[in-house]
Amino acid sequence: MFKRIMMPIDLRHLDSQARALTCAHDLAKLYGATVIYVGVSAATPTEVAHTPAEYKAKLAGFATGQAGQGIATESHAIIDHDPAVDLDGALLHAVKDTGADLVVMASHDPGILNYIWPTNGGKIAGHAHVSVLVVR
Amino acid sequence: MTDETETSIPAPEGDAEIIDTDYTIGQDNFETQVGPFGVDIHNPVFLISGMSIIAFVFYALALPEQAAGFFGWLRPALTANFDWFFMGAANIFVLFCLFLIVSPLGKVRLGGSDATPDYSYIGWFAMLFAAGMGIGLMFYGVSEPMSHFGTSLGGTTVENGVRTDWAPLGGAAGDEAESIRLGMAATIYHWGLHPWAIYAVVALALALFSYNKGLPLTIRSAFYPLLGERVWGWWGHVIDTLAVFATLFGLATSLGFGATQANAGLNELFGVPVSSTTEVILITAITAVALISVVRGLDGGVKVLSEINMGLAFLLLLFVLIVGPTVAILTGFADSLLAYVEYLPALAMPLGREDVNFSQGWTAFYWAWWVSWSPFVGMFIARVSRGRTVREFIICVLLIPSLVCVLWMSVFGGTAIQQVVQDGVTAVSEAPLELKLFKMLGELPLSSITSFIGIILVVVFFVTSSDSGSLVIDTITAGGKIDAPVPQRVFWCIFEGAVAIVLLIGGGLAALQAMVISTGLPFTVILLLMCWAIYKGLKSERG
Repeated sequence: MFKRIMMPIDLRHLDSQARALTCAHDLAKLYGATVIYVGVSAATPTEVAHTPAEYKAKLAGFATGQAGQGIATESHAIIDHDPAVDLDGALLHAVKDTGADLVVMASHDPGILNYIWPTNGGKIAGHAHVSVLVVR
Repeated sequence: MTDETETSIPAPEGDAEIIDTDYTIGQDNFETQVGPFGVDIHNPVFLISGMSIIAFVFYALALPEQAAGFFGWLRPALTANFDWFFMGAANIFVLFCLFLIVSPLGKVRLGGSDATPDYSYIGWFAMLFAAGMGIGLMFYGVSEPMSHFGTSLGGTTVENGVRTDWAPLGGAAGDEAESIRLGMAATIYHWGLHPWAIYAVVALALALFSYNKGLPLTIRSAFYPLLGERVWGWWGHVIDTLAVFATLFGLATSLGFGATQANAGLNELFGVPVSSTTEVILITAITAVALISVVRGLDGGVKVLSEINMGLAFLLLLFVLIVGPTVAILTGFADSLLAYVEYLPALAMPLGREDVNFSQGWTAFYWAWWVSWSPFVGMFIARVSRGRTVREFIICVLLIPSLVCVLWMSVFGGTAIQQVVQDGVTAVSEAPLELKLFKMLGELPLSSITSFIGIILVVVFFVTSSDSGSLVIDTITAGGKIDAPVPQRVFWCIFEGAVAIVLLIGGGLAALQAMVISTGLPFTVILLLMCWAIYKGLKSERG
C-alpha cells in the first residue's frame, strides 16, 4: 500500500509527537515501508543545534535510533532562512524530494486562530498530492 | 578543530572553531500560550525592554516640556563633548575593515570553510542596502549636498573667536566650483565608508559569533570573548535591552520623519493636506503593508520588497541621470570622488577642528545616529550574509555601498546644484528638507510620475525597515531564536507603528530621537570592543 512514509519531526518537542511517531512506526511495519524523518531548521544556531551540520547529524542520529523491529528509516534535513514562516512550504517540497507516498504528522488541537492561520498539519493535508494522516 | 573536541560537536560546514559554552539557546525563554497565540520570549529582555519603552513614551508625553528640555540639552552636550570620540572611533572602524580586506583573516568564511552563500549577490545587496540607508538617501540625497554647497559658498564667519557658520572645514567663500567639490566631499564623507564601516563591524561580529562560534544570534554573543559566561547574565541583558531600545525608537522616529516626507510629497503632488491625521494614516498604512511582509517571512517579504525597491530606485536614478545634466553629473561623479579622497583626511580629523558647527552638528551627530542604528542594521546584514568570506563581506558591505552612495549623491545632489548654479532656479534651495527631492524632480520632465515613484520609494523603504526591524527585535527578545512564533513579530511591528503615532501626536518625536542618538555613545564603546572580539574570533578560526 505505502512504500515511503514521510514524517515531519520537531526535535525540540518530541514528547508531543509520541502518538504520531508510534503511528508511523506501526504503519511502516504493516506495509514494510521506510520512514523518512524530515526536519526543518535555520542556518543560525538553535536550541537543537549550533550549526546546520550538527542539525543534520542529530536528525540522522534520531532516524537511526528509530530503526529496527523490521522498519527502515532515513532522515532528510532542510535548512531554511526563516523556518517560522516557511515551514509548510518546506515540508510540501520535501514530500516531492523524498518521494513519499504517505505523510504522517502530529498536529495540535486547532483553536480559534487556526481559522485564519491553519495548523501545519492542516496546511499539508490541504496541499500535498499524497495521503496525509494528521495525528491529534 | 572542532571534530576533535570532547563535546564532539560536528564542524559547522568544514573548518570553524565552535565556542564551548554550557548555555543552550532558549534556556532563559518563557514559553506559553496567551489566548490563541503561542509565545516564546527571553525572560528579562522582553519584559524590561517592553516596559522601559512604554515608560519612556509616557514620560515624553506626560512631561513634554521637561523631556524636550532635557533631551534638547543632552544631544548637543554629547556631540560637543564627545565629538572627538565619535570621530576617532569611526576612523578606527574604517581602518579596521580595510585591514581585514588585505589581511589573511579575510579568507575566513562565515559559516565554516565549506559554507555556501544563502543569497545571490543581487538579493543580498538589495536587502543590506534597503535596511542600511535606503530611506536616508531619499531624504538627504538632494538636501545634504545642497546644504553643504550653500554653507561652503557662504564662507566663514567668526564671533568672539568661535566659528558661527556651518561650512565644512574652511569653506570656499565665493568659489562656486570649489564649493560644489567641498559640499559633495562632505556629503560623501557622511554616507560613504564611515557609516558602512560602523554597520560592517556589528554585522561581522554577529555573523562570526553566530555562524562560526555557534552562539545565539543576538548582540550579547559578540561579547563572549570579553565577558565569558557572564554574557548570559545581567551584562548580556543590559546589552540586548539597549539594542532593542535603540532599534525600536530609531524605527519609530524614522517612521515619523518618513510620514512627514511622504505627506509633503503627497501635498506637492495631489494637494493632500499636511496634518497629523494624514501622517497617522500614512504610518498606519505603512505598518499594515509591513505586517503583510512580516507574515510572509524573510524570503517572501523583505527580500521581495527590497528587490522591487532597488529596481525602482535604479530606474529613478537612471531617469534623473539621463534627463538631468548628464555630462555635468558624470564628470561630477569622478570629481566628487576625487574631492572626497582629497578632503577626507581633513574631514576625518577628530582633533583641533575649527568648523565646530559642521563637525559637531553634522558629523558627530551622524556618527551617533549610525551607531545607534547599527544593532538593527548589523543584525539584519548578519542574518543574510552566511557563506561569504570576510573579505567578500567587507568589500560588499563597505566599498560597494559607498560607491553607490557617491553615485546617488552625485546624481541627485549634482542635478539640484546644477539647477541652482546653471539655471538660477531657487525652488530647491528654498524648500524645506523634506520637500527638496520633490522640488528637484519638479524641474525635470514627467515630474508627476517621478515624484509619485519618489513617494512610493519612501514608503516601501519604510516598509522594509519596519519589517526587518520587527524581525531583529523579535530575535533579540527571543534570546537569539529566529523561529519564535510569528505573532511575536506581528506584535513588534504594530508596537513600532503605535509608538510612532503616539509620539507624533504628542510631539515627543524630537525628544525620543535625541534619546536614540544618546544611545550612540555607549554603543560606540560596545563597537570598539567588538573590533577586538572580531580580531580574536577570526584569529582562532585561522588556528
